[in-house]
Amino acid sequence: MLNYFKPAVLLLLLLTLLTGVIYPLVVTAFAHTFYADKANGSLLYDTKGQAIGSALIGQSFTQAKYFWGRASATAPYPYNAAASSGSNLGSTNPALMVAVNARVKTLQAADPTNKAAVPVDLVTASASGLDPHISLAAADYQIKRVAKARNMDENKLRELVNAQTEARQWFVFGEPRINVLQLNLALDQATR
Amino acid sequence: MTTQNFLQIVLYLVVLLALVKPLGTYMARIYQDEPAGLNRWLAGFEKLLYRWCSVDVKQDMRWTQYALAVLVFNLLGLLVVYALQRCQAVLPLNPQNLPAINPDSAFNTAVSFATNTNWQGYSGETTMSYFTQMLGLSVQNFLSAATGMAVLVALTRSFIRRNSNGIGNFWVDMTRSTLYILLPLSLLLAVLLVGQGVVQTTNPYQNVTLIEAVSYDQPKLDANGQAVMDVTGKPATETIETKQQTLALGPAAAQIAIKQLGTNGGGFFNVNSAHPFENPTPLSNFLEMLAILLIPASLCYSFGVMVGDTRQGWVILAAMTLIFTALVFVAVSAEQSGNPLLKVDQIASESQAGGNMEGKETRFGIVNSALWAVATTAASNGSVNAMHDSFTPIGGLVPMFLMQLGEVIYGGVGSGLYGMIVFAIVAVFLAGLMIGRTPEYLGKKIEAFEMKMAAIIILVPPLMVLGGTALALMLEVGKVGVLNNGAHGFSEVLYAFSSAGNNNGSAFAGLSANTPFYNFLLGLIMLFSRYWLMIPVLAIAGSLASKKIVPVGLGTLPTHTPLFAVLLMITVIMVGALTFIPALALGPIVEHLQMTQQVMP
Repeated sequence: MLNYFKPAVLLLLLLTLLTGVIYPLVVTAFAHTFYADKANGSLLYDTKGQAIGSALIGQSFTQAKYFWGRASATAPYPYNAAASSGSNLGSTNPALMVAVNARVKTLQAADPTNKAAVPVDLVTASASGLDPHISLAAADYQIKRVAKARNMDENKLRELVNAQTEARQWFVFGEPRINVLQLNLALDQATR
Repeated sequence: MTTQNFLQIVLYLVVLLALVKPLGTYMARIYQDEPAGLNRWLAGFEKLLYRWCSVDVKQDMRWTQYALAVLVFNLLGLLVVYALQRCQAVLPLNPQNLPAINPDSAFNTAVSFATNTNWQGYSGETTMSYFTQMLGLSVQNFLSAATGMAVLVALTRSFIRRNSNGIGNFWVDMTRSTLYILLPLSLLLAVLLVGQGVVQTTNPYQNVTLIEAVSYDQPKLDANGQAVMDVTGKPATETIETKQQTLALGPAAAQIAIKQLGTNGGGFFNVNSAHPFENPTPLSNFLEMLAILLIPASLCYSFGVMVGDTRQGWVILAAMTLIFTALVFVAVSAEQSGNPLLKVDQIASESQAGGNMEGKETRFGIVNSALWAVATTAASNGSVNAMHDSFTPIGGLVPMFLMQLGEVIYGGVGSGLYGMIVFAIVAVFLAGLMIGRTPEYLGKKIEAFEMKMAAIIILVPPLMVLGGTALALMLEVGKVGVLNNGAHGFSEVLYAFSSAGNNNGSAFAGLSANTPFYNFLLGLIMLFSRYWLMIPVLAIAGSLASKKIVPVGLGTLPTHTPLFAVLLMITVIMVGALTFIPALALGPIVEHLQMTQQVMP
């Protein structure tokens, strides 16, 4: 039996050192040399140098003057980036209909003149609860409300939204989308 | 199915299949100890490693010795992961001061990572220290994958050897898999992922100031941490306003690279590859998705090279790819058609992905979420980039069925192909029965012993899955964990046992499985279905290696033809369908009818 234990223990030890210590540290060293900003969470800073978010993580917006993001199922509050989570509600779960209908009502109450159908991504919870993006349709749906709340020309706002639109990566991968936090920051900047 | 959806699926398959031959050739050279670059540059280091670890390189192990080495090595790994979790509070690299993990959860996770299942009973960012993730989970990602590859290589060898007692040396096969295949590929992928924005740091979690404050209710606690009751006797709540967001960070990129490549799937964060720090862009998603099937698909080619007839490998790969592609289209169509119960705009257009977006990320849309779900369950990877629990009934049926097929459509690294080879043995046996001849596969006679072992391999997972599901649904402790009611609740439990019983690791995550009942039961099932497949596979290898090679005759069924690919597909699907359709009818199929008829449970 010892013939098995000795190599097993020693190999486990040395391979742990190699794959569990040296390998991650090499990657960390590489990351901090070439992509220090990304390796630490792609942080965004305000003019005073204070961290105000991450370009990759969404934040909760509820005021009329901001674009709103996806619904978030994290606990105890939405967009809790220390405890990611989806809703895990099944397609036929009545709780899903209740939640979606309530979000539709809130959107419509904030903009009673808008009779367009609500884009699905705007009223469904994302997988991570931290989705930083919405679809172009979801941004378009909110333009009227935001323009009104900010006393802004709709066309000018639309230009701003278009400028923040990310196309498919390399023309094929993924979906066209808009980063809600960055759009709202640009909006605050433009109307300051 | 939109044009964009179609394009992304085709691109994925083309890139995957284009890499099969180069990587397959490289891996075959590594295992046959032929010059392949890295194994010559690092030959000195490899030798030194064996000397330090007192490995007798010349030892040609009998199958029982090989199995014993596998078990001892995996058991030790399991104990280390368990110990690290229990002691993490006093170990370094724990900037969030996370406490020790409960014994039942620690047991479950240790088994889960040692068996290459990577079922995530825990939530990464709120329970695991950086130290545990790096030295426990990451290491087992490598070593459990390398174990699977080693067993495959031993089985492959048994077809070439004649009248031999030995099937190779586990220590050497495992070390080479780690050193020359898994480690360099992971390094490359990790570097690419960091470039896309995956975090890689040992700094503590980062606090940022929100643009808009969030307020929420939470139970009021007194000085002793007990809930305060209001005048009506209900727990009182207080409203808290916060202007802070805490961003969970960590050395994620290194771990994610191997979790994808080694078909492990245990995420750094709770929501796995749906987390923007774990999978930030569509390109990172493509790379991670490619990494899921890369090694399992390429090993088919390596197998062909090693048995001296590459057509044998292509036939197996073709059978896998055809089943995979068909199921991709089923899943993508189901998700793209959306949820008829929701009265919102779900039509795909240039400005939105549309479809069933509950539990999916905007950047991936429908096609990348559904494609990932199929890839991750075809291989025994189990990582997710969308919440499978929120898929439409048919969209959720596909991943469940792929696991129930026994993880042989690509399957886990090594384990998928050795599973498929067992199915090939069953297929030649069935053909042999039809034409009345002793079946042969690759020149080896398939006799009673091989068939008995194959029967164990095919019967153990369904027994675990269906037995476990039945047990959990009969007990109150099993039923309380269910989140969604009705048919979907049944699916949640069936999915959990399909996942554990086939060492996949993905979940319908609504099920609260981090309870002593589920932690122990699923843990035992993971152990059983990993090693009671591996041991009979090694037994087959031992038996085949000892046989002579019979020359191809007129009555030999050729196993390199499209006809054999069809026979193999039929065998896999028939076994899976006959075993699981009744169970699937009670879950996703009923739910699909409820959804389309708009009958609420």
